[in-house]
Amino acid sequence: MSVERALEGVGTFLDDRLHGARGVRVLLRKVFPDHWSFLLGEIILYSFIILLLTGTFLTLWFQPSMTDVIYHGSYIPLRGVRMSEAYASTLNISFDVRGGLLMREIHHWAADLFMAAIMAHMIRVFFTGAYRKPREINWLIGIVLFTLGMFEGLFGYSLPDDLLSGAGLRITEGILQSLPIVGTYLAFFLFGGPFPGHEIIPRLYILHVLVIPGLILALVTVHLFLMFHQKHTQMPGKGRTNTNVVGSPMYPYFMAKTGAFFFFTFAALALAATFAQINPIWLYGPYNPVAMSAGSQPDFYMGALEGSLRMFPAWQWVMFGHTWAFNVFVPALLPLGIIFGGAAIWPFLEQWITGDRSEHHLNDRPRNAPTRTALGIAMITFYGVLWAEGANDIIANHLDISLYLTTWIARVAWLVAPILAYIITKRICLGLQRKDRHLLEHGVETGIIRQLPGGEFIEETRPVDEEALAVLTSRSELPPLPSLEAAEGEVPPPGMRGALGKVRERLYNVVTESVPLPESHGNGHGNGHALEAVGADEHGQGSLPAGTGTEQRGGQDQH
Amino acid sequence: MSWITARRRHPAAGYLVVAFVLVLVGMAYAVITGGSASASSPVSANSAQVAQGRNLFLEDCATCHGMFAQGVNGQAPGLIGVGAAAVDFQVSTGRMPAAKLGAENPRKPPRLTPSQTRAVAAYIQSLGGGPPIPSAAQVSTYGANVGLGQQLFVANCAACHNFVGAGGALTNGKYAPALTQSTPTQIYEAMLTGPEAMPVFNDLTVTPQEKRDIIAYVTQVRAEPNPGGFSLGRVGPATEGLVAFLGLLFFMVLAALWITAKHGKAHE
Repeated sequence: MSVERALEGVGTFLDDRLHGARGVRVLLRKVFPDHWSFLLGEIILYSFIILLLTGTFLTLWFQPSMTDVIYHGSYIPLRGVRMSEAYASTLNISFDVRGGLLMREIHHWAADLFMAAIMAHMIRVFFTGAYRKPREINWLIGIVLFTLGMFEGLFGYSLPDDLLSGAGLRITEGILQSLPIVGTYLAFFLFGGPFPGHEIIPRLYILHVLVIPGLILALVTVHLFLMFHQKHTQMPGKGRTNTNVVGSPMYPYFMAKTGAFFFFTFAALALAATFAQINPIWLYGPYNPVAMSAGSQPDFYMGALEGSLRMFPAWQWVMFGHTWAFNVFVPALLPLGIIFGGAAIWPFLEQWITGDRSEHHLNDRPRNAPTRTALGIAMITFYGVLWAEGANDIIANHLDISLYLTTWIARVAWLVAPILAYIITKRICLGLQRKDRHLLEHGVETGIIRQLPGGEFIEETRPVDEEALAVLTSRSELPPLPSLEAAEGEVPPPGMRGALGKVRERLYNVVTESVPLPESHGNGHGNGHALEAVGADEHGQGSLPAGTGTEQRGGQDQH
Repeated sequence: MSWITARRRHPAAGYLVVAFVLVLVGMAYAVITGGSASASSPVSANSAQVAQGRNLFLEDCATCHGMFAQGVNGQAPGLIGVGAAAVDFQVSTGRMPAAKLGAENPRKPPRLTPSQTRAVAAYIQSLGGGPPIPSAAQVSTYGANVGLGQQLFVANCAACHNFVGAGGALTNGKYAPALTQSTPTQIYEAMLTGPEAMPVFNDLTVTPQEKRDIIAYVTQVRAEPNPGGFSLGRVGPATEGLVAFLGLLFFMVLAALWITAKHGKAHE
């Protein structure tokens, strides 16, 4: 009793001064839609938190210095070897600091999971069309976060100053130098003189532990705030519309789930760090500018960049008194430029093509946007070819393929495979749409064959249930193209005139290619259940599964 | 006998019999194939050994290398002057006699016994000299400097063989083999003779003492345990990325599926 009263007293004291109760109540009743793929983003957030915690631990012992020292630590094979202080302190963390190796490995695996989850999250958002209005800004922030994550990772694994990270820095320097005109200056600015110098590790350190994490933290905050403010998208289903959110309330369901998910993330990383060795810098040895190991790879999120460098022909010419290293700056900038630039432009390009300026809170099923899905798969294929080529020597060695053959396969595949992937994916999507249409027109097969009195055999079907119906009939309505509305012989509206209008019309036809839904779905047996009835259905909370709540979208929250 | 009678239907009896027979077969195999010989002793070239080597050469090698080890154009190099070390390396690693002509002869179980190998080596040595098989003292890693060996290995060998000798791809289907099975003698001989695509590291480039340091590093590092867990092949971040996707991300997706499949009981 007295405890309760004491708590109540504290609560009243705080609320009288902060007036937080109303806000907290709103927060606790906030609804989050349930779908496994919505948790991919949380993996990123939780890996990032674990990165911050383990990273802080590592900073307590890491020495970002390139001063030469002689190693006298516990790792016997390297005793008496000259190395930089950065490398020696990393050995120290690995072998002499209690729990240091585990922390290092959790940190590195968390970085890998962070980037892998970013890719998965981005793919989910793209394929469900969750980047559409009003979420374009969050999509762009996500792309910036992906890029920042790549640099954060690169700078991070460059810090220990081992053989592999030195090789990565050498490539970084080469890419900077290859930029026409300004390249040599940029490389000099970054390294404070010729490679490797004595400046690079302290500089990367401050970028890695302060500047970039700060930027990431700020952008993650904006990203989450926008998500919170705009409310989460939801997958199509019964009772889910563009104007409501159906899901679990923040308290207790979502909080319990997301809390548990944090522990899953931490457990996965701790297990990986315990059982799988990552970045064994003691085996690589200290960096030596004249040495290089076979099979040197960057971490996987830089693999596509590595692959495009390996694949590109050695085109380098001297023009206007400068060396133009096309063999470096083109593969360094072009493929990733296509992927990131394309991803950034796509939401706006799609809007321009379809003329769709409305808000979308209900996600698309990937099959219902065949062109977008096909483009996405084509991009993933493009990236995948470059990525595999980044490890072509490992692939060649372990699968007994000639090294040059793998390069030639990649040179052909980066152009051909995405096109094939586009065509095949689009066909698959349209095929799945036909299957959906078939289900709506003829119902679900029950496996019962009935003989009619006249001797005729018929197969019994039953209409799809309401939940499936809501999913099957969910389509984003796109406005018709203005010129298609205009009658023959009339002057087309301004946006559709000229060459650009022609292009837009053609793209519109490609992007909107779809198998139309049946006029009125029926069930093949004429019970006349009209499609619109479900679309307009506003189910109350009573008909939803237990433990779910709804929330209205719109300018004002309905709390 | 009653002891056996009482226990022959024991649940473990069947396994014991199988294990016993396996051991017997293994021992019989070891006896028949001649077992493994002791460390190679320096070649003492007597005429009987050379004659035996010549006969073995005519049986197993002359088809490609020619009746007088003079070589056959476009097929196999001449062996006059390559020395006993080259023969011992190629034959003891099973690379020679080659199964077929290819970009690279893979390591396989040797066809000749160690004494036969020494006989062929003595025969080739008798034709025109060359580097002899190194003695046990020459390849001994006693007192060698592993740290220096690591630096020498990284500077001279890792570019092809990878940082711990896990092997790597070379051009035109060739590859630098993994050094996981190489004996100290074979490593020394390889440096001395430069088999396949490998350059020769003669005693001026890498001194005999440095060769012992390198051998010490290779044998030490491959026996070294992995303090961080499974090694993932020690081939660098490529396999780590694979684990990140197929292990970590896959596990997290399963966790997400499981968590979102849970529905709470009715509240309100």
